[in-house]
Amino acid sequence: MNRLLSFKEKDTWIHRLSGVTKLLFFLLWCITSALTYDTRVLIAMIIISLTIFVISKTEWKQVSTVFKLVMFFMVLNVIAIFIMSPYQGCAIYGSKTILAPFLPGHALTREELFYLFNVVIKYFTVTPAIFIFMVTTDPSEFAASMNGVGIPYSIAYSVAIALRYIPDIQDEYHKIKNAQEARGIEMSAKAKLTDRIRRTSSIIFPLLFSTMERIDVVSNAMELRGFGKKKKRTWYAHKDLRLADYLVIVFTVVFCVAALVLTFADGNRFWNPFG
Amino acid sequence: MEPIIEFSHYSFRYRSQKEPTLTDINLKIYPGEKILITGPSGCGKSTLAHCINALIPCSFAGETQGTLRVGGLDPKEAGVFGMSKVVGTVLQDTDGQFIGLTVAEDLAFALENDAVAQDEMFRKVDRVADIVDMKNFLRHSPSELSGGQKQRVSLGGVLVDDVKVLLFDEPLANLDPATGKHTIALIDDIRKSQNVTVVIIEHRVEDVLYKDVDRIIVMSEGRIAADMRPDELLCTDILPSHGVREPLYIAALKHAGCRLAPEDHPQHIETMRVDRYTQQVQNWFHAAPLPVRTNTNPAALELRGISFSYQPGEPVLNDISFMIRKGEMVSIVGKNGAGKSTTASLICGFHKPDRGEILLNGQDISPLSIKERGEKIGFVMQSPNQMISKAMISEEVGLGLAVRGVPQSEITERVNETLKICGLYPMRNWPVNALSFGQKKRVSIASILVMHPEILILDEPTAGQDYRHYTGIMEFLKQLNEQLGLTILMITHDMHLMLEYTDRAIVLADGQLIMDSTPAKVLTDEKAADRAYLKKTSLYDLAVKCGLKPDEFAERFIDYERAEGAEK
Repeated sequence: MNRLLSFKEKDTWIHRLSGVTKLLFFLLWCITSALTYDTRVLIAMIIISLTIFVISKTEWKQVSTVFKLVMFFMVLNVIAIFIMSPYQGCAIYGSKTILAPFLPGHALTREELFYLFNVVIKYFTVTPAIFIFMVTTDPSEFAASMNGVGIPYSIAYSVAIALRYIPDIQDEYHKIKNAQEARGIEMSAKAKLTDRIRRTSSIIFPLLFSTMERIDVVSNAMELRGFGKKKKRTWYAHKDLRLADYLVIVFTVVFCVAALVLTFADGNRFWNPFG
Repeated sequence: MEPIIEFSHYSFRYRSQKEPTLTDINLKIYPGEKILITGPSGCGKSTLAHCINALIPCSFAGETQGTLRVGGLDPKEAGVFGMSKVVGTVLQDTDGQFIGLTVAEDLAFALENDAVAQDEMFRKVDRVADIVDMKNFLRHSPSELSGGQKQRVSLGGVLVDDVKVLLFDEPLANLDPATGKHTIALIDDIRKSQNVTVVIIEHRVEDVLYKDVDRIIVMSEGRIAADMRPDELLCTDILPSHGVREPLYIAALKHAGCRLAPEDHPQHIETMRVDRYTQQVQNWFHAAPLPVRTNTNPAALELRGISFSYQPGEPVLNDISFMIRKGEMVSIVGKNGAGKSTTASLICGFHKPDRGEILLNGQDISPLSIKERGEKIGFVMQSPNQMISKAMISEEVGLGLAVRGVPQSEITERVNETLKICGLYPMRNWPVNALSFGQKKRVSIASILVMHPEILILDEPTAGQDYRHYTGIMEFLKQLNEQLGLTILMITHDMHLMLEYTDRAIVLADGQLIMDSTPAKVLTDEKAADRAYLKKTSLYDLAVKCGLKPDEFAERFIDYERAEGAEK
């Protein structure tokens, strides 16, 4: 069965990087992308993102479902901006070039179009970064990294253990859904939406109960093997930072700082090709 | 020698209960011993285990009396963490206790918690992986492992701590028979090589006795009912009279009227002296009629050339054909992952076969949806908790009818009728929470029966249950089969269930149907048993030793037991 956005072991230098490095890259990348509307910077980021995506040997099927979801929200976002503030672009770039009349008060302008283009490419700078982070980071190693940067190990470990059990719970969900469907509790598109919402309880409750049962076993098993005994804990999956990690961190910091300097050189977050 | 575990006048009462679960336990276990603790469920054997690893009273609160010393410590004071250095516990749920994301991490878990340095951790994990023979699987995730492999990992996970006592809580519950046998052998090897004390809590006595144990402790109602060497215990009627199943060859010898003696060494059939009983067994064999069971009803369900794969190129089922007649009780057996559950999910329509057809009463059911099939073919999942979603029993049982828009008056009538059949009618207005596991199981069966299916498919109906509950559920299914003429198909790896309660067994191995015959023939066929990870029954060895035909001997034995069961 296909599992969404889960870690898959492969041998690339990106997989070999420490979780800390990838987390740092991911955070800085997202912050930069959120701050800048500079088209030149965004395009550079897309090129880098996609290159890394290819190098990481991530397969399309690992991410396709989530990608479609992201695209859906992107389209929703663009439409919403256009409806709410059709002249946002004009306000930003200080000019108004009407390309086509659309609806009263909603003319299509070159500036708005360019602004929306920037919104769209922002999505494309961040999405590959999320995917790479999710599918190339070993959850345990990530937990070790989080603990390494000062997050308490109980929190770090709960992230890892959640990732460990998500596939099991997905399987359990499908099993329960099938069995309930055989009892006549239709969850497919054939049933009315209201019915389907009402009937989710017949899957959620059994899922909840069997999950609770499992939590009980797991927490006993963890305690029996000494989890929580000491203030500190070591990690089998811990990786020390290596040369490649330092290089990536330095590159990321330099790139992000340069990108922000370039962006804000003219006093605002936008790059204006019209003036 | 000082005992490593010593209970003296020890009693325990759970905070939520009135009566003590353990009463006046006196038990000494010496270093290097291998002890089997058995008894029906509710006898207190798991509670006893929890006292040893300090889950009692640290995680399950209650009141203790008397003293308990384990490895010189008092578990109450040492706590769960302190005891984990002395006692390594392996739980029955192999999935639940697999905590790490990979084999290596799971083996390292206890070391991580002890803040052991990473390079030392690598060394210890390698050493333990070697002991439990999992060295080539260090990077594997739990979903890539079989049940037996997961259990090896669990065992390794406690061995990293250099514990003195290994405590196994029903280690065989979730394993197929052959894997269970390997586990018992592995435990035995580890005891010898690591020089540890082994305590096994298990109700499957015959399977544990595959390798020598020093003593068997039988528990009953919170007390120790017997503490004997296996050779002595097996000559008495203590096991059956306390609701624990004795080894089949012992039962057979007793049926033949033999009075066993400890000097026959009845612990293993392979090494037991049976020569002085040969005549008696032969006489019994010839006196008992060979049962002939024929069912000439038309087919209720038929699979023709079914093939299926989840991933292209990795077939799970390959050209499976079989037929089940109306009113038959049939088992599908085979090792974990042989395609048993997949077969059931194809019949129920959860997946579509790649090739072949499924016929119900001669009609192709491929156009029917899951829901439509559900009206004719009822599917009961392994754990009732996977099915129950309503708070009240009558509501839960009526759910399938309610969602089909059956009028309320008819729902009530049919629910009551079903509850009466299932013996749940007096409890119809109880909340589901108030029921025991076995009663919940009945509720989940009732909620399917209420739809009047023609065929009932059950996934592991008796998994993890002791002899008494097992008998309760199986007798109930038998009654449904006999009185309502219900056709029943069971997925199981319980050889007793198949032998005792089903007319026919369909054996799957690696996605192929390798045998379709009577259970007695299947379990006395060495080749089939090997390929399907079944275990040839000890009746086979006994028959061979007595110069009798194994399959006919097994048939007669089952028939005798059934007749005896009916008398009770």
